[in-house]
Amino acid sequence: MYQYTPFDKQFVQLRATQYRDQLTRWQAGDLSEDAFKPLRLQNGWYVQRFAPMLRVAVPYGELSSPQLRALATIARDYDHKDLTAMDTSNAGLSDVAMLPDHCAHFTTRQNVQFNWIPLSKSADVMDLLASVSMHGIQTSGNCIRNITTDAFAGIAPDEVADPRPYCEIIRQWSTLHPEFAFLPRKFKIAISGGTEDRAATGWHDVGLRLLRSVDGDIGFQVSVGGGMGRTPVIGTVLKTFLPANQIMNYLEAVVRVYNRWGRRDNIYKARIKILVKALGATYIEEVNQEFEDIVLKDGAKHTITDAEFARVSAMFTAADRRCDQLSAEKKINSILSAAASDDTEFSQWLMHNVRSHKNPDLRAVTLSFKRFGFAPGDASAKQLDAAADLAERFSSGEVRVTHAQNLVLPWVRCDELPELWRAARALGLAKPNVGLLTDMIACPGGDFCSLANARSLPLASLIANRYKDLDELDDIGPIDLHISGCINSCGHHHSGHIGILGIDKDGQEWYQVTLGGSDGTRLSGIPTPGKVIGPAFAADEVVDVIDALITTYSGQRLAGEYFIQTLKRIGHDPFKASANAVRTSTNRSKPATAHDAPPTATSTA
Amino acid sequence: MQLLLSNSAQDTLAASLQVANDTEVSALDLSQVSAIALHFPKFTDGRAYSQAHYLRVRAGFGGALIAWGDVLVDQLPQMRRLGFSHALLRDDQSLDVAQSVLAQFTAFYQGDVHEPDPIFIREQSDAAAVVGDTA
Repeated sequence: MYQYTPFDKQFVQLRATQYRDQLTRWQAGDLSEDAFKPLRLQNGWYVQRFAPMLRVAVPYGELSSPQLRALATIARDYDHKDLTAMDTSNAGLSDVAMLPDHCAHFTTRQNVQFNWIPLSKSADVMDLLASVSMHGIQTSGNCIRNITTDAFAGIAPDEVADPRPYCEIIRQWSTLHPEFAFLPRKFKIAISGGTEDRAATGWHDVGLRLLRSVDGDIGFQVSVGGGMGRTPVIGTVLKTFLPANQIMNYLEAVVRVYNRWGRRDNIYKARIKILVKALGATYIEEVNQEFEDIVLKDGAKHTITDAEFARVSAMFTAADRRCDQLSAEKKINSILSAAASDDTEFSQWLMHNVRSHKNPDLRAVTLSFKRFGFAPGDASAKQLDAAADLAERFSSGEVRVTHAQNLVLPWVRCDELPELWRAARALGLAKPNVGLLTDMIACPGGDFCSLANARSLPLASLIANRYKDLDELDDIGPIDLHISGCINSCGHHHSGHIGILGIDKDGQEWYQVTLGGSDGTRLSGIPTPGKVIGPAFAADEVVDVIDALITTYSGQRLAGEYFIQTLKRIGHDPFKASANAVRTSTNRSKPATAHDAPPTATSTA
Repeated sequence: MQLLLSNSAQDTLAASLQVANDTEVSALDLSQVSAIALHFPKFTDGRAYSQAHYLRVRAGFGGALIAWGDVLVDQLPQMRRLGFSHALLRDDQSLDVAQSVLAQFTAFYQGDVHEPDPIFIREQSDAAAVVGDTA
């Protein structure tokens, strides 16, 4: 992991001090609400339905055990639902007493969120975070956000190069960049080092993929203008091969032209994707001209030097862990051959939650935070502490937050898999469902978020409850189910093989279902938004719809074929037909009143 | 950077070339210009930062660069870093707070108008200077 230098540590401390000063002036009435808002946002403090939400930055998803324990402390001591003091005038549909507190939530952009911390405690929390070199810098606001990457960066066998040194160098460059503090809209960068894209780069404002030229040089394919929201767009490739040391000079050009030309008159048209679509070649020419000027006229000041790359890379050197693979196999086989009822679970866990590693002695293990009774990606204070212990015992004190809202232990010795499995299972974190139907991505939805049109969490709970049978999940196989509570798409419904979008009509919750979306992984294929299968469904129909889609797949699949592959082979129509057949309250053949007429996509605006 | 409250600095503004924030500053003829006022219609509109970058770094403009409009104390650090020489603060802003805000950070990661090199270059040359001193 990157080790913070004295400068880095002091910087984070100064940021916490600066925030306390801003908060104090706001509390004293010396700083207006409007002037304070972007300042708190750029430190991760939103205001939601009941309380502020804090988004803590986890640069490219890497956390140490001490950092996990600090997050546990925040969950335990600060993430507290104070029902008596709470303003419930903007309550969602769930009973607020039922909503979880004392927990952290892993996000699709590898960050961590808390839902119940009062602003009056916010500066204390920033101090606590700074004590373990953490912060909320640029986790919100119209600026360059946290850089995300593949959760298996630096350990995946298919990797061209480790993206993490670039992530860190770009993190530093983007941190408090003076020119780019007030862009037209938020700006998200993702970097993938694998031959497989596990960072959904096509869906980002800037997506970077590491490549190696025939001469052995490292460079980036740069795509610009991807994004979800109400206008899903896949990024346009601006550079097929940019020498890697030029990346910040090039990003400067990309962001500068966006800052100058991006729309500011309409928040829904302010993302860079709209600019790229509207101007096309003109935008690309301007960026390339600007890049040339940065290099030739400004002196290419932010070229990554060999010395800087070596300094940063050295900190990501692989943990030196070895084991005897023969004894590992023996241990694993002795569990697999035992006649205990848990042996199938262990073999399923090995299959779904354990991945191969660059180092043949090691494995990457995903701790599943998708289990019945918890919101997807939620971790209690106790579980965060326990995960910190597991990381220290089995993974060199390091975990990764994944895009799919789980934690990865990246440095596990293969002979320790049985011990890890038992320890993780005792914590409820070894459910062998990684990549399967119940490993769904979901946003916090209408229970917490003031933007949401519908709830995500009760739906996720219904689905988790319906698909508890591990053998059934295993049989269905890999599938991406993504749920967003509104068109802002935080639950990435556009990129799900099955996507569910919450929409609101007449104060009721409805869910639009899409099919065939892809985030760009090998299984999912070229990144693309899913297609809507018909008018929205009522909340109580959604589980039956999923059942119908899965049943159609099971009936039509060829041997070894996964859901998305069957869908691509036979097309959407059989799936549409089966989904529409389970309609009850939204069945148009029944006499419908105006009240239960399902809304269409256009009503989401 | 010179800090002034807007109502006491109207002469400064009047004596400068006022440029809207959607103007392509590369097209301006600066040969006779000694002061340029860049506009912040709202403090959340950051276009004038890129204009300032162009004027200072690319065009080598050495005259006065004035920030005016919705200029608030908490945006002064980036204004200074982009080479603004004057800030005409909104009249409800405090000059004392402005000074303290400007003192909050000692250095930044990326280069700017005053320190064109990023921190990793500056630290390398600092280290080289230390070695040079002791040699």
